[in-house]
Amino acid sequence: MKYTQGKFIITKKSAVGQNIYSYTISCPEVSSIAVPGQFVHIRAEGHTLRRPISICGIDPGRTIRIVFEIRGEGTAAIARLNEGDLIDMIAPLGKGFTVNDDFKKVILVGGGIGTPPMLSLAEVYGSRAAVICGFRSCNAAILQEDLKKTGAQLILCTDDGSAGVHGFVTDPLAELLEKETPDAVYACGPMPMLRSVAELCGKNVFCEISLEERMACGIGACLGCACRIDRNGEEHFAHVCKDGPVFNAREVIR
Amino acid sequence: MADLSVNICGIDLKNPVIPASGVFGYGREYEEFYPLSELGGIATKGTTLNKRTGNLSPRIAETPGGMLNSVGLQNPGIDHFIETELPYLLKKDTVIIANIAGSTPEECAAVAEKLDSTDVHMIELNISCPNVKQGGAAFGTDCTTASEVTRHVRRSTKKPLIVKLSPNVTSITEIAKAVEAAGADALSLINTLLGMRIDIDTMRPVLRNNVGGLSGPAVFPVAVRMVWQTANAVNIPVIGMGGITTGRDAVEMMMAGAAAVQVGAAVFEDPYAPVRIAAEMNEFLDSRNISSVRDIIGAVKPW
Ligand SMILES: Cc1cc2nc3c(=O)[nH]c(=O)nc-3n(C[C@H](O)[C@H](O)[C@H](O)COP(=O)(O)OP(=O)(O)OC[C@H]3O[C@@H](n4cnc5c(N)ncnc54)[C@H](O)[C@@H]3O)c2cc1C
Ligand SMILES: Cc1cc2nc3c(=O)[nH]c(=O)nc-3n(C[C@H](O)[C@H](O)[C@H](O)COP(=O)(O)O)c2cc1C
Ligand code: FES
Repeated sequence: MKYTQGKFIITKKSAVGQNIYSYTISCPEVSSIAVPGQFVHIRAEGHTLRRPISICGIDPGRTIRIVFEIRGEGTAAIARLNEGDLIDMIAPLGKGFTVNDDFKKVILVGGGIGTPPMLSLAEVYGSRAAVICGFRSCNAAILQEDLKKTGAQLILCTDDGSAGVHGFVTDPLAELLEKETPDAVYACGPMPMLRSVAELCGKNVFCEISLEERMACGIGACLGCACRIDRNGEEHFAHVCKDGPVFNAREVIR
Repeated sequence: MADLSVNICGIDLKNPVIPASGVFGYGREYEEFYPLSELGGIATKGTTLNKRTGNLSPRIAETPGGMLNSVGLQNPGIDHFIETELPYLLKKDTVIIANIAGSTPEECAAVAEKLDSTDVHMIELNISCPNVKQGGAAFGTDCTTASEVTRHVRRSTKKPLIVKLSPNVTSITEIAKAVEAAGADALSLINTLLGMRIDIDTMRPVLRNNVGGLSGPAVFPVAVRMVWQTANAVNIPVIGMGGITTGRDAVEMMMAGAAAVQVGAAVFEDPYAPVRIAAEMNEFLDSRNISSVRDIIGAVKPW
């Protein structure tokens, strides 16, 4: 893992939903080594702890993009930054998704604010990807235009049926899995969703999920972000910031 | 350029700033930012006799001006430390302080004994962890158990022995004197203050362990007070920590009586904190024409 800490210029800021912001950040070195699924650890003015946010887009040698929702005071402080301001981050961090050029068919599953990291994967796989996104309702849906541009097949689900499929992401996922076995399923979202996705994939489908945990250092030193992992039948603590955030779904114990 | 070097129990430190135990792992992750040789020393993650898995997550909570942690001494065990981490650290041209812990005085002594035959520079005994023999109350909260565990460890090693005190006590000076009498070569304080946060929406404690240790800027005044009282009560060096974020904080801690300082939670906001703090101390000393950092140790003029 190679990473740096620095202050980088925000070249573009936009609102992509209610209380959800997109930043494009100029960081040539970071962007040239970052991979989908990795995250950045952002300093929030006045806070002891940084905030982990996934990388949502990578323009190698130029910029990365992040999309985040205001959840509390830390993300609110980060959201006060504007175009031209400097954002202080440690990046890129963690182990990203396994990207394989030979994969012919992959399924990406994003739940709510778990959708951003799926965009960087969709940009890699293009028309070889089917993206299933789930949101509470139509106005909570984000990044649909960006996802469409990648050429991926898009399936939108809403809990209340106000747009797309009425129901959870697992329904269309089950249908797709029945039709053909994909080379990989990648997922990011709330834990119950990840659990269902992992169950549907079972033993035969290669499935990677991105986990969240409260973090302090973000680089594997403080042991603050432990999660339980089953490796070769033995239970041990892995660290979401260094061994993850992406894990093979079969390894995660919850 | 002021002289930043200090000497603790015969060990020379090129500057008085040491990353605190538990926030810095075994240094590897921070070497990505700067050479570890820029540090006065490194206090490594608390190590026990056998591997420990630690507590369930969440282990981290943010608090106003600080944080809680309940990592719970997760570590790979002393043998792994000696075989894998220590040889690497000893090549880094900085003072290595092995932080150790255990559930009984015998366990602590066994860990120290294993370290005695290595080239580690100093041992820091953490007495804030629960003593299983005494019903789980921390060694460090009672003069008798604190001196008992110190005596056990003292007998098992010739290395300079720092005993790290818990602030969760009625009288820090009583414990400090007991530990000094039991053979400690130096003291370090403060470890974290016991705290708790509750998520009022779920009515659940934020930490899976319910309670955890408070550190960060919020504890700084408590730490300065305890270091000052302790330094005045004992005749051995005191290493001060708790909430240090800037060079000025470090200067203040040393004026209170600390012979060196450790930096914990501050590395999370700024991974360069220990290096930056040393540079800021130098700036302060230069601006006051103070030629050596040793001149400010205990320099406070109390009313
Ligand atoms: C690897 C990873 C990637 C993430 N990617 C994104 C993303 O792309 N977009 C996005 O909107 N959010 C993302 N999150 C969640 C985001 O980190 C939290 O929403 C944010 O930390 C909340 O901070 P706050 O100050 O607003 O909330 P508060 O509740 O005030 O935060 C208090 C403390 O809890 C921590 N915390 C609270 N919720 C979470 C959470 N869900 N995960 C981890 N720590 C939390 C905070 O970091 C802080 O230390 C990601 C989390 C992780 C672990
Ligand atoms: C995540 C974390 C882990 C810690 N682990 C240990 C440990 O293993 N042993 C120990 O003696 N102190 C441990 N501490 C306590 C620190 O070394 C230090 O005493 C305390 O945090 C106060 O300093 P600070 O306010 O600068 O963080 C830990 C602190 C934190 C934040
Ligand atoms: S946040 Fe420190 S180890 Fe993961």
